[in-house]
Amino acid sequence: MELQTLTFLFVGLSFALYIAIAIKSRADSTEEFYVAGGHVHPVFNGMATAADWMSAASFISMAGLIAFLGYDASVYLMGWTGGYVLLAMLLAPYLRKYGKFTVPEFIGERYYSKTARIVAVVCLIFISFTYIAGQMRGVGIVFSRFLEVDIISGLIIGMCVVFVYAVLGGMKGITYTQVAQYCVLIFAYTVPAIFISLQITGSPIPQIGFGGTLINDSTYMLDKLDLIVTDLGFTAYTGGSESTINLFFLTLALMAGTAGLPHVIVRFFTVPKVSDARRSAGYALLFIALLYTVAPAVGSMARLNLIETINGEDSTGVSYSEMPGWFKTWENSGLLAWYDHNEDGKVQYAKGSPIDGKVPEFDETRGEQGERILTNPSEGQIAEGAPFANELYVDRDIMVLANPEIAGLPNWVIALIAAGGIAAALSTAAGLLLVISSSISHDLMKSTFAPNITEKQELMYGRIAITVAIVIAGYLGANPPGWVAETVAMAFGLAASSLFPAILLGIFSIRVNRTGAVAGMLIGLIFTFCYIIYFKGVFFEPFAENIEENWLFGITPQAIGGLGMILNFVVALTVSHFTPAPPQKIQEMVADLRVPTGRF
Amino acid sequence: MSKELTHKAYWRENIKLILTCLVIWFLVSFGCGVFFVEELNQIRLGGFKLGFWFAQQGSIYSFLLLIFFYNYKMNQLDKKYQVND
Repeated sequence: MELQTLTFLFVGLSFALYIAIAIKSRADSTEEFYVAGGHVHPVFNGMATAADWMSAASFISMAGLIAFLGYDASVYLMGWTGGYVLLAMLLAPYLRKYGKFTVPEFIGERYYSKTARIVAVVCLIFISFTYIAGQMRGVGIVFSRFLEVDIISGLIIGMCVVFVYAVLGGMKGITYTQVAQYCVLIFAYTVPAIFISLQITGSPIPQIGFGGTLINDSTYMLDKLDLIVTDLGFTAYTGGSESTINLFFLTLALMAGTAGLPHVIVRFFTVPKVSDARRSAGYALLFIALLYTVAPAVGSMARLNLIETINGEDSTGVSYSEMPGWFKTWENSGLLAWYDHNEDGKVQYAKGSPIDGKVPEFDETRGEQGERILTNPSEGQIAEGAPFANELYVDRDIMVLANPEIAGLPNWVIALIAAGGIAAALSTAAGLLLVISSSISHDLMKSTFAPNITEKQELMYGRIAITVAIVIAGYLGANPPGWVAETVAMAFGLAASSLFPAILLGIFSIRVNRTGAVAGMLIGLIFTFCYIIYFKGVFFEPFAENIEENWLFGITPQAIGGLGMILNFVVALTVSHFTPAPPQKIQEMVADLRVPTGRF
Repeated sequence: MSKELTHKAYWRENIKLILTCLVIWFLVSFGCGVFFVEELNQIRLGGFKLGFWFAQQGSIYSFLLLIFFYNYKMNQLDKKYQVND
């Protein structure tokens, strides 16, 4: 069957499944809507958390980053899994014991202050929107390639589907649809990886394969890759080029951000017991690790395959007309481009930028071999250590989707990847929308501005909030601030610097009071957000160029959340030290949180 | 022992366990994967340089073991202090 037909079939079938589950488990009480009545088994909860958690950034973008950055991208692997250790030990069981609906609710009660609650809602909205912007770009990329529509139409289709099951289903719908989505996405991710691992190393287990030898050679695959990339002028694949301090802060921001992400924390409100919350975090990481340990294998093999396809057997390049079909399809979507700097008619890939600016721009005409004509080529200088000028632009976010095609796998495997990518992006977007809706309807309307509304009206406000949020997310998806994984990393930085310290101190310190917590959250959020905006702009031109000379201590905007978090801790503890201790009632509440049995 | 004292003792043991786990958590990720990666890369594990392996594989396996170890110990602790729910 044609690739396009297969893609429609796979994506259509998986959508039908999610929507059927969502409709079947329609929520009718507020508690069902938000936390599925507290009756979800830890294994299912772990799977749903994993699907909720593994977004377009994990599925589509991460292996691509690993492919191009090698060792330096390890921070994403460690950061996005290590956070679960913090979650299981420091937050999940105690928040389950507390047992209410939302994170701002906890912060508001622990710090006995409406201001604290509103500040927490503001933090949460900033985090969720940044995160969703990344997801929507992921959806756009998948649709633009496989359904051959432009990114905007893809976004609109995605927005409609998310709307249907987030609004109709509520949390229970989402919990079970997310279990289904996890199954789809993990199958879609591992099957092509197994095929490629077999092709390159002969091992059916990718985690072992990429540490093995090549299939018809006794060289280790990673040694071969190191050799090839250094010959092309890049730093060795297994060696790093980023500063240790930046790697440290980025890992820290991603880990703490994972533990502080509201839509993940909320998951642990849905299990029956405190011990189940700990178990759920373990299962969630188990299901996540299945993908995360495969990703580095996918990345390294994709890089090897890409270089060998582009530069050919003798490493001098292959002419454009001999390039396989995937090369031209991605070129048509504008996410891949070629400019013949040395005018030999062959495509060559090495270190250096083939274009002037961030993205390639094309005019309407075609070149001699049918290639699209770039209107913003670079000067074509040969980078230090490279044998020739780089002529190939590849968007990092397409690597996972293009990988099975580059490896020449059958069409059904490629169609499967599309279904998986959409599942990953949609499941996370839906979870985030739910958190936005519950914090607006529950934390802002019901508890602060309109306390007299009925349960029905509260649900209605929640649904209105989802609708508004989807529209804004769609806009952000069309105008994203960076690569999918980069944008998402910034959301984690915001979570790490604002909510994580407030929740952690709320449990582990009896002394931290409302003044300290509010000051800490505000300073952490404002510092991190301003630093990102300063270099990234988003809604306007950036104030300073995003280069190392301008960064504070050499820390990138993605990593700044780590420093913001430390600032938050210091401010919260210092301010609390000089202001009165929390009331007796709150101190008792904290003591009570720490024990699984009892009052709550 | 009064209920309050039991709870305090339970919490102290929990904190000790958490700190132990977090030290290991820090060592396998920031230690082996970031700070001492160059040194560990001198050692090989099949086709992997050890530091690289820790950064991309080993740390994740260690995290998993850590969480399940913590859960196992906490369930014991819950029983010991009769606070299991």
